[in-house]
Amino acid sequence: MKTRNRTFLVGSAVVFLAGLLFTGVADNEFYFFTSYVVLQAVVMATAWNILGGFTGYVNFGSAGFFAVGAYVSIALNKAFGLPLPFLILAAAVMSGLMGLAAGCLTLRLKGVYFAIATLAMAIVCETIVINWEYVGGASGAYILTPEDSLFFDSYIEMLFMVILSIAIGSAAVARYLSTSRIGQGLAAIRDDEIAAECNGVPTLKLKLISATVMGAMMGAAGAPYPFFVTYVDPASAFNLLIAINAIAMPMIGGTATWLGPIIGGLVVGGAQEIITVTISSEMNLLVVGVMLVGFITLAPKGIVGLFQDYLKKRRTR
Amino acid sequence: MVLELFLNAVVAGILLGGFYAAVALGLSITFGQLDIVNIAHPAFVIVGSYTAYIANENFGIDPILAGVLFAPVFFAAGMLIYRFYYVSFERTEQESIRGLAFFFGIMFIIEVVLIMVYGVDYRLVEAEYIGKTVHLAFFDIPVRMLVPFLMASAMTLAVYLYLSRTFIGRAILAVAQDRLALQLMGADPVKIKQLAMGIAVATAAVAGALLIVIGPVEPSVGRLYIGRVFAIVILGGMGSIGGTFSAALMIGIAESLIATFYGPSWAPAVGFTILLLTLALRPQGLFGRA
Amino acid sequence: MSVPVLQVTDLTKKFGGFVALNQVSLHLGRGERLGLIGPNGSGKTTMINCISGALINDEGSILFEDREIRTLPAYKRACLGIARSFQIPRPFKSMTVLENLCVPLDYAAWDRIDHRHVHDQAMDILRTIGIADRADEISADLTQVDLRKLELARAMAAKPTLLISDEAMAGLSHSEVDEILEILLALNERGVAVIMIEHIMRAVMQFSHRIIVLDAGRKIAEGTPDEIVQNPDVERAYLGE
Repeated sequence: MKTRNRTFLVGSAVVFLAGLLFTGVADNEFYFFTSYVVLQAVVMATAWNILGGFTGYVNFGSAGFFAVGAYVSIALNKAFGLPLPFLILAAAVMSGLMGLAAGCLTLRLKGVYFAIATLAMAIVCETIVINWEYVGGASGAYILTPEDSLFFDSYIEMLFMVILSIAIGSAAVARYLSTSRIGQGLAAIRDDEIAAECNGVPTLKLKLISATVMGAMMGAAGAPYPFFVTYVDPASAFNLLIAINAIAMPMIGGTATWLGPIIGGLVVGGAQEIITVTISSEMNLLVVGVMLVGFITLAPKGIVGLFQDYLKKRRTR
Repeated sequence: MVLELFLNAVVAGILLGGFYAAVALGLSITFGQLDIVNIAHPAFVIVGSYTAYIANENFGIDPILAGVLFAPVFFAAGMLIYRFYYVSFERTEQESIRGLAFFFGIMFIIEVVLIMVYGVDYRLVEAEYIGKTVHLAFFDIPVRMLVPFLMASAMTLAVYLYLSRTFIGRAILAVAQDRLALQLMGADPVKIKQLAMGIAVATAAVAGALLIVIGPVEPSVGRLYIGRVFAIVILGGMGSIGGTFSAALMIGIAESLIATFYGPSWAPAVGFTILLLTLALRPQGLFGRA
Repeated sequence: MSVPVLQVTDLTKKFGGFVALNQVSLHLGRGERLGLIGPNGSGKTTMINCISGALINDEGSILFEDREIRTLPAYKRACLGIARSFQIPRPFKSMTVLENLCVPLDYAAWDRIDHRHVHDQAMDILRTIGIADRADEISADLTQVDLRKLELARAMAAKPTLLISDEAMAGLSHSEVDEILEILLALNERGVAVIMIEHIMRAVMQFSHRIIVLDAGRKIAEGTPDEIVQNPDVERAYLGE
């Protein structure tokens, strides 16, 4: 196995074990609540970047894919009482199909139309959910926390490990995509789609794969969400903050690599948790918006890009 | 009985659609003509609503008059925004993904600032014509819908005439189609685009005033309009003011009918669904250039 | 006689009411060098867009190595062996010169190359073209003539049977034109059939076995360079009555 792959595998294992250790050691549940939110954002950012950063197509409707995952989870749990892993899988499939559908509808057109279409899909989904009584409609649904939390001290610790695993999985998928032949094709599409097509890159096929993977990942992120919050309503699930974080975190962290969204997620997500607690949740929203606009205007390559430039300068000195 | 309901819904839809045209007008210019994906346009409209609200609440000025009075301020703001957008994105040809994200961020910031300053309560204005109804045969036409419709139609006509009859207006239409030719004719494309965006944002001031006359406004209302305005501009065909107006009427009528017969909670999805269908079936819209 | 590389029959392409190409036929033999000339707006770019797949022709057939390709998407045609360079170079801006070449190697040429040592194969091509010293530079930073060379290098990396060169020499100096000409001839020596669209007459004359002249969407002349130069219809098309 290549050394880089081995490093990633070892790194992932270390992170996973650190998480386990954390659950054993920490006793204040607040840390797990905060970490869950940040890790969820990391998954969303990583997913968004597959289509946004790698391929160059902006998705404004991330909340839609996320919420579909959450509501599939609610519906299946209510109907069949399936365990969480199945719910995650079903949610990923459903949201993945949604990504594929959005792609089929609009990926033949310019990127701008795709972006608007994703926003439209999110709102259409939200309207459907509001009118769907089975999952609670506009008034929302309550999820009962099951008694069973495996060998963890509390349910939230188990959910934390679940979202951590999903995050590691997403990072692995993103990393594979970016370093593989597919990733090369995606980068070619992003740089110049027409030239890519003329150089043998099956642009439509790769774009659809990108969109499907992105959707599936976002759905997977949404599946445990109902169990985390225990009360889900369309306003919170389709929340615009989810959509803007999904865009802001990769753009701030750096869209060119799989690592950028993770860094962006940790930095911005962490900052948000601190600001929400110390100042207010509105100020938090304002900060995200300002950071997004600031970074796109002044530091378009994101934190990873700034770091790479810094390294380059040091080398040439 | 059902026929009366249907016809009333259609009339309500026409009035609503005319107003939607006013909201979409600015986007028709920036997105339809200049290819600037100003997804923040509805947010500018909401700012227009709050401006009208402040003028009405504190100085007793008629909201629509306030909208017209503040249009020059919005015009200047629009020019500044374009300038910033041009320098940061268009000049370096990075406009696709970053430009989109930029306007998304602006939209978000506007909404949040409004929430921080005014909270999430609904705000409304008071004027003589709000609350009155005109009765024609079996039609009940609320004046608060009629006046915005008339105003919106007037504004659309004014913009249309300006774009097709004046030199600068035609330059704006030209810059969308052929930058180079425009430069050779002695006009600076950047200045022209700046002007166009100024006009577009100025219309937001008026549209916002009309919006708050029709009904109460709170910061997140803008989001409902994103889908509508993009649907209208794309359905109508990029670059066609007449197309925008027609598409707006169509969507207004569709929404009104759905709301009347299936319930208002389905109404937001109408515009967006039409948008998706248009993108899938006829992306160049009904009246647009290919 | 062997099967022609390209057989275009009665190709017609309309844009709304405007007929860009009107029943144009051409053929190209294996390893042949064809010049495609004509005044601006005569349909040359439309023709190569139809051949490469950027556009789909309305009528007529396009046979590539005896296979109808009219309905194939552009990327499939690239994989079959049709390469094109763009008039205004379209490099993959975020990638280095070397990485730019790896895309056609990994995609268009994938079935025809050895999957190991792709980087080495790319370097070989860069050396042939003469820009190997720029291999690790970001392609966005190249000079104009190097960008043209990169376009051709990339086309070469697709391991094509047919290369369409679209005004690769426009705006270059005399010596730069010679450099590009050398590259195209070297490519041709490896067995690649070339269609050259060019306005620089001396290049077309030097390069082509045969020349086809288009005017207002129709083929008005076909022959050797000498025949074309003496053809009164051609003179009329360029200079008017």
